[in-house]
Amino acid sequence: MTAKIEPMVGRYVHVEIEGENNRIYFEENGAGIPLVCLHTAGSDGRQWRHLLSDEEFTKHFRIIAFDMPWHGKSNPPAGWNGEEYRLTTARYTESIRAFCKALSLEKPVVMGCSIGGRIVLNLAIEHAREFRALIGLEAADFQAPWYDTDWLNRSDVHGGEVCAALVSGLIAPQSPQSARRETLWCYKQSGPGVFKGDLYFYRVDGDLRGRIEGIDTTACPLYLLTGEYDFSCAPDDTRRTAAAVKGACVTIMEQLGHFPMSENPEQFRRYIAPVLKEILG
Amino acid sequence: MTSLSNASDAAVASVFVEIPALLDRAPELILRGRSLDCECLLGSMNKPFHVSIRQGQIIDLTPAPVLMRSWRFSYRASPLAWVEYWQAVPRPGWHDLFALTKRGEAVLEGDLHPFMTHLQYFKDLLALPRLRHSVVSS
Repeated sequence: MTAKIEPMVGRYVHVEIEGENNRIYFEENGAGIPLVCLHTAGSDGRQWRHLLSDEEFTKHFRIIAFDMPWHGKSNPPAGWNGEEYRLTTARYTESIRAFCKALSLEKPVVMGCSIGGRIVLNLAIEHAREFRALIGLEAADFQAPWYDTDWLNRSDVHGGEVCAALVSGLIAPQSPQSARRETLWCYKQSGPGVFKGDLYFYRVDGDLRGRIEGIDTTACPLYLLTGEYDFSCAPDDTRRTAAAVKGACVTIMEQLGHFPMSENPEQFRRYIAPVLKEILG
Repeated sequence: MTSLSNASDAAVASVFVEIPALLDRAPELILRGRSLDCECLLGSMNKPFHVSIRQGQIIDLTPAPVLMRSWRFSYRASPLAWVEYWQAVPRPGWHDLFALTKRGEAVLEGDLHPFMTHLQYFKDLLALPRLRHSVVSS
């Protein structure tokens, strides 16, 4: 066989979240320390495809990216009857822990971006001892809103177009056009109201101000990396957050925006490689 | 040539008047705006333009104010913001229309529906001078 076939494998796992069965799609590749990757709001696990196929990282890490329920190939739960989707801090936290438990992952590393970065902070606050290390990309305890999320799900506005157009400005101008378009394509494909529902966690329910000071980085190391072109979770938001957490490692990534792993995988690799090396010890 | 050191209403206006011609040479952008008919107010805070768009094409661009001319939405920014936005590689925080509003260098007002239904169109339209102008940082 001469065709190029990428090494990651996709499967479904059934996970109980808030008393309901959820059929969750995940892709994985590699062997070693489990590294669970969380996508951004309104997108899916495809954002991690470059990391999943990285020959060096997968020698030491079992890299796993799953689609949150309602995202990508993980459908809404079977019991959904049409009510508005809203992600909460409790539901998000339970989803990640239940997924890790379902796959019997022992002390995984969790790396999340944007809302994934925010929930990583909550994992550090509430469940640090369950994880080997936590990595927040574009993460802060809070950031000031810059648009009204009601525009994301209206019958008179194309949801895919407006979601993609809004977040397009969060991608660094140096990012390759093909990667920029691929990053935005996931937003154009997202289900109606899903991005908005994720942002309920981000904007309303998941404000962690006043809670992060309790994070114990001796129980679980915490790495925070933010792109300089991210004006949603701006570098100063991450610096402020890191300053409140004793022992947190902060890096501001040049020529990257809000989607480092998908908007410019090569540039992101330069920053994440030393973090993964340090975690390996 | 527009530089950061001479950012002014006049400098911004001199670039804005060239946007219709730049748009004429961007058929993919006109296609993106093919269902857009809109009157809007675009430009610097103090010296914006009334812009008439039909089927994605600018059919009129006239300095404001025009007596009793209506518009549905306006996007106005400081001269410095426009010059920064038009850099070939804009600096962080100056690279997007919403980055400018968030930092207080631009204001978005009026009925935002046409703007939001064609958000990428307006972002790309107002970024067209990046292609044309050699901009000097100073």
